[in-house]
Amino acid sequence: MAKKLNLSERKIEKARKLAESVTSEIQKYIDLHTTVTVERASLRLLGADGADKNGVPVPNLIADSLKDKCGLGLSRYYLNALVKSAVSPQELNKKIAEGLDISKIDMGDPKAIEKKASELISALDKRINSNVEHRNRKLAQYKENEKKPWIYVIVATGNIYEDVKQAKAAALQGADIIAVIRTTAQSLLDYVPYGATTEGFGGTYATQENFRIMRKALDEVSETEKRYIRLVNYCSGLCMPEIAAMGALERLDMMLNDSMYGILFRDINMYRTFTDQFFSRMINASAEIIINTGEDNYLTTSDAVEKAHTVLASQFLNESFAKRAGMKEELMGLGHAFEMNPDIKNGFLLEFAQALMAREIFEKHPLKYMPPTKFMTGDIFKGYAMNTLFNFVSKATGQSIELLGMLTEAIHTPYLQDRALAIKNAMYVHNNMADFLNEIEFKKDGIIRKRAAQVLDETVDMLAAVKKTGLFKAIESGMFADVKRAPDAGKGLDGVFEKEDGYYNPVETYLKKRLGLTEKAEA
Amino acid sequence: MKIIKAYGDTLNDGAIQLSFTLPVPFGGKAKEAARIFVEKMGFHKADIVHAEPLSGEFTFFVAYGKTDNAVDYDEVEYTEAVDKSMSMDEVNAFIKQNFKRKIVIVGACTGFDAHTVGIDAIMNMKGYNHHFGLERYPMIEAMNMGSQVPNEKLIEQAVKINADAILVSQVVTQKDAHIKNLTNFVELLEAEKIRDRFIIVAGGPRISNKLAVEIGFDAGFGAGTYAEDVATFIVKRMYEKITEKR
Repeated sequence: MAKKLNLSERKIEKARKLAESVTSEIQKYIDLHTTVTVERASLRLLGADGADKNGVPVPNLIADSLKDKCGLGLSRYYLNALVKSAVSPQELNKKIAEGLDISKIDMGDPKAIEKKASELISALDKRINSNVEHRNRKLAQYKENEKKPWIYVIVATGNIYEDVKQAKAAALQGADIIAVIRTTAQSLLDYVPYGATTEGFGGTYATQENFRIMRKALDEVSETEKRYIRLVNYCSGLCMPEIAAMGALERLDMMLNDSMYGILFRDINMYRTFTDQFFSRMINASAEIIINTGEDNYLTTSDAVEKAHTVLASQFLNESFAKRAGMKEELMGLGHAFEMNPDIKNGFLLEFAQALMAREIFEKHPLKYMPPTKFMTGDIFKGYAMNTLFNFVSKATGQSIELLGMLTEAIHTPYLQDRALAIKNAMYVHNNMADFLNEIEFKKDGIIRKRAAQVLDETVDMLAAVKKTGLFKAIESGMFADVKRAPDAGKGLDGVFEKEDGYYNPVETYLKKRLGLTEKAEA
Repeated sequence: MKIIKAYGDTLNDGAIQLSFTLPVPFGGKAKEAARIFVEKMGFHKADIVHAEPLSGEFTFFVAYGKTDNAVDYDEVEYTEAVDKSMSMDEVNAFIKQNFKRKIVIVGACTGFDAHTVGIDAIMNMKGYNHHFGLERYPMIEAMNMGSQVPNEKLIEQAVKINADAILVSQVVTQKDAHIKNLTNFVELLEAEKIRDRFIIVAGGPRISNKLAVEIGFDAGFGAGTYAEDVATFIVKRMYEKITEKR
C-alpha cells in the first residue's frame, strides 16, 4: 500500500528502538521466572485435563500438591507419575481426579522421564501442526471469498448451545470471525473451569469443551459458506497461558492477548502478567493464533484525542513483547478504537488520521479496530450513524479485523437483529467504497497529516519517558490509561516463582525451539 | 385530565415504529404472522414495511402500527432524585457553608461487574462530556475503588475512611444481577446496623430513582447523569439529615 501520511521513518524507527529497550528490561525478569499458570499450561500441553467431583481441574490439583516445587517446574512430576504408573495421560488424569497425589510418588530415572517427555511433545507437535495445516488449507481453499476487513462479531448468551445458533446465523449473514464472550468474572479465577457452560453470567466460561463445541459448529458453517470462519476467545486474566494452551489444542484462530491489560484493567500483579503474557504468546505464535491487543480499552478510561499517543506507544510495546515471544508480525493484531466524542469538530478526521497512521506504521500486522462504545447511548439511531462512520474509517484506512459496533451497545447484549443490521451496514460501506483508499491523497499541511505527525511525536516522547523511568515505574505512575498500579500489588503475585537451578520444562524447551528462540538466546 | 398518545404526524394518531425478529423462515406466511403479532400487541393498521431473512430459521421485520391505548398525563406519578442540579462551584460553596469540612464519597462497580465506565464518568477527575468528576471537587474527597469490588470490601472501605456517601455502580443487568447485587449491598449495611451512617446512591444505565429507592437506596441515577447531579443530591440529603436532627 502506498503511504499517504508522510510520517517520518526515522521517528518510527526511534519509537521501535525505544520500545525494544523498554521491554528488554522486563524480559530479563521474565526469563528468570515462571508462574503457577505457566506450569499448569505446560501440564495441559502434556495431557493433563479433567476435573475432580468438586470441579477442581486436574492441572490445579497437581499444582496445589506441588506448590513449593513450581520453581523446579511441575512437568517432571507429572511425567514421573506417568512413567511409574505406566498408564496413559487420560488414565492418570482420572486417578488424580479421584484423589491420587503425585507429589508422593518417588522421583524415578531422569532418562525415563525425558523419554516420556519427548513422546508427549511429539504428540503435541503433531496436534499443533495438524491444526495449523487444517486452517491454512481452508484459508487457501476459500481465499477468493475472503473479505477485507474481516468482519468480527460477538455472541454472548451465556449458553454455549444458544451461542452456536447465533454464531451460525451471524456467519450466514457475512461475519468472518466469531468471538464468544467470556463470563465477566473469569479473568480473576486462578483456574480454568471444566465442561460446557449453559448458564453463564454475561457470557460463557472459556473452557476446552466450549472451544470444541463452537469450533465444530463454525467448521460446519465454513463449509456451507465457503469461507473459513475464525473463532476467538479471551487469553487474558490469571490463566493466560492455560487458555492459550487450550486454544492451540482446539484450533482457535485468534485470542485477545495483551501484555498490560490485566495489570491496568483487572488489577492483576505486573510480574505475574508479564511472565504469563510471554509464555501465552509463545503458545499462540506456535499455533499461529492471531493475538488481539487491548489498546482500545485505554480510550474507555482516557480521552481519545488527548491520549491518542498512549495507544500508539502501547502498540509499539505490544509489538516488541510479541517479537520477544517469537511471534511474527502477521499474527500481531494490534488494537485501537474509534472512541472520540462525536461532538468534536472534525473528529472524523482525527479518527481517520489515527487509524491510517497505525496502518502505515504496522504494515504487515492484522490491525484490530474497535467500534464506538463510550459515546454510544440509548439513541440507537445516532448509534447506527456513528457505526457507519466507523465502518467508513475502517475500510478507508485498510484495517484488517473490524469488530462491528452494535446499535444497542449501551443497552443490552446484542439481539439477533442487531448483529444482522451491523453486518449489513458494514458490508454496504465496504462494498460501496471498495477502492476509496486508492483514490485519495492528503494535503501536505492538512489536518490529517499534521495530526498523525503530532501523535507520533508525542509517542516518541512518551516512550522515551517510559524508558527513563522503566515500565514498572511508568505503570505505577499512571502513564497508561490513567490507571496506577504498584509493582507488588494486585492479584496473583503469590503464583510467581523464581526459576531454580535444575528447572525443567520440556514444553517451554519445545516452544522455544519451534519459534527459533533458543539459538537467539545462546548467540 | 390530559390524554396523550404517540405522535406520528398528527396529534394523537398513536403511530409507532417497531422492529423485531420472529423464529420462522422468511416468506409471505412469516409476514402475515408478523402483522397479526403486531395487531395482538394492541395496534391496528399494522403495516409490515420490511422483512428479511436473518438465517434459514429467523426473519427480521420493521413494522408500523397505530394504537388506541392512551395515558392520562396528569395521573402520572414521578419523582427525580434531584429537581435542579447545582454546578460544581455551587456544590463546593454549599459544602463550605453548611458542613465546614470536606465531605467523603467512596464508590465502586461491585460484584462481578467489570465495567468502570459509569463510576469513572461520575468520580474520575476528568468526568464525562466536559462535566468534571467528583475527584475534581475541592470540597469532596472522592475515592473510586474501580470494578469487581465485593460489596463487603466497599462497605469496609466506607467505614474505614468514614465516608459520608457510598456510590454503587451496576452495568451488567443479565438475569437481574444488578438488582440482586444492590439488594445484597443494602442487606449487608442493615445487618451491620450502619445503614443510617451513609447516604447510599446507585447508578447505571438501567437504574432509575424509583428502582433504587424501592431496593432501599437513598437515590438512583440512570443514563445521562453527571457528577454534579449526584453531588447535588448527596449534599442536599446530608443537609436535610442535619436539619432534621436539629
